[in-house]
Amino acid sequence: MKRLLFILVTALVFSATHVIAQTPDQVKIKVPSGFAVSVIAKNLDRARHIVVNSNGDIYIKLARVRRGGAIVRLSDKNGDGKIDDTARFGNYGGTGIAIKNGYLYAASNTEVYRYKLNNNVPDTAHPEIIVKDLVAGRQHETKSITLDNSGNIYVTIGAPSNACQLQDRVTGAPGQDPCPLLEKTGGIWQFKADKKDQSYADGIRYATGIRNAVGLDWNSETNTLFAMQHGRDGMQDYHFYPDSISVELPAEEMLEVTKADDNFGWPYCFYNQIIGKKVLNPEYGGDAKTVGRCDGVKPPVMAFPGHMAPNGLLFYTGTQFPEKYRKGAFVAFHGSWNRAPLEQKGFLVAFVPFKNGKPSGDWEIFANGFAGKENIATPNQAIFRPCGLAQGPDGSLYVTDDAKGYVWKISFSGK
Amino acid sequence: MMRIVVMVLLLIPGLLKAQTKKSIVKTSTTSATASSANTLKASITRGKTVYAKYCLTCHQVDGSGVANLNPPLINTKWTLGSKTVLIQQVLKGSSGKVEIDGDTFSNTMPPLKVLTDQQIADVLTYVRNSFGNKASAASVGEVKAVRAKLK
Repeated sequence: MKRLLFILVTALVFSATHVIAQTPDQVKIKVPSGFAVSVIAKNLDRARHIVVNSNGDIYIKLARVRRGGAIVRLSDKNGDGKIDDTARFGNYGGTGIAIKNGYLYAASNTEVYRYKLNNNVPDTAHPEIIVKDLVAGRQHETKSITLDNSGNIYVTIGAPSNACQLQDRVTGAPGQDPCPLLEKTGGIWQFKADKKDQSYADGIRYATGIRNAVGLDWNSETNTLFAMQHGRDGMQDYHFYPDSISVELPAEEMLEVTKADDNFGWPYCFYNQIIGKKVLNPEYGGDAKTVGRCDGVKPPVMAFPGHMAPNGLLFYTGTQFPEKYRKGAFVAFHGSWNRAPLEQKGFLVAFVPFKNGKPSGDWEIFANGFAGKENIATPNQAIFRPCGLAQGPDGSLYVTDDAKGYVWKISFSGK
Repeated sequence: MMRIVVMVLLLIPGLLKAQTKKSIVKTSTTSATASSANTLKASITRGKTVYAKYCLTCHQVDGSGVANLNPPLINTKWTLGSKTVLIQQVLKGSSGKVEIDGDTFSNTMPPLKVLTDQQIADVLTYVRNSFGNKASAASVGEVKAVRAKLK
């Protein structure tokens, strides 16, 4: 009996640590000393991007319609610091959401809508279609948005492909040259923020050669657009390096767009952070070192390990956080799925310090522990997957998760 | 300590049930002829190698797939259902949205017709008998027949 008990207890402990590592509420998000983390919402379903209005109302775009809408508004009506009112609207799933000049903008996978904010209340009965008929492929179909200070909106249109091969994702299949996908996808398009029913003919291709930029933000200090590219998959299938290096390639790139039609090289080029160069992709004759036609293609301003999937980007303009964080960039990484045979990684929020509009140091981990445990073999083992970032009027940082639909508020408490 | 013992005792029926289930499965396997059991085991072993090389990156080491992108292989109508459809899937790849329990998966699956009939039979046998799945083996003859029709 004693032995049976021992076996049972061992089995229970084993299953507790290996199968159900932690319940979502047991997961502790680690942040630097002086910061505090609180869960402000949970189980919203697939919470993608987030924005906070000047009155503190929080808007979250869901990937799909749940409980009556795919935009969630969370309010703290009595001002006690807790959410006491939840409203849902918008009958389309999507990713992008933003607020500018009295309007709430939200994106489906093919359109961008906007709602007038009357005394901070969105006119949900009268959404205006600002952009429509955008290509949404079977991959990289989500649309991220951001606005500048001159009346323009920027929309990511991801390329529905890995490396523009004639046969997508077939190792060794050659890339199409020129890549026809670049005409309507694989970049970021600029439209007028206040003009209805625009499509490709009304906008301009503001950046090209970007496979899929999910994290997007306008930097008001440099007055330029920044984008986080999801790099290509399957580099390890070409065996240019041992697996331990191959799975880190190509870099996830932070790109700065400084002029219209700026080109970042996809699908012909990728950024090899080991040698610090944009080099030819294997589908275009590359061997991970040859530069060829990638000479002169704009490099990233910051490179991160491959496949970590940067889904959120936010330049911090507040003063609540200590000096080092001001004007710097926070990046929400969704975490990898394409690093086999090695473990998955990157379920975290990173920080990049900036000075005079340029990174002033290497990136570092700001918030971590979202996966709930170490050594994640598959993305499904991660309890949370960070996705969107926003800054509140008091300078707090908000982070969404699209695995369970959690939202965290990270504040600096001083000491 | 007393509390732990009570908790463990409460869990015993469930654990015993799982135990019983396992032994039934085991019995049915061993009741088949020894040689066919060995054939199945060998096919699963070979299939695991094929899976690691061609399938694992996307479908994951535990068959759990990737949300929105790559469908899971655990206890789905695709994995456990028609072998003809499964064999076609491997040979032709996938270029349509796959729906499983209300979730859609839309990444491209490349056609894997470079695999031999034996490799496809083995990998499907592995998938249908792994990750908690329990379904009949796929044979070389079945793969051959589907491949011939596609030509």
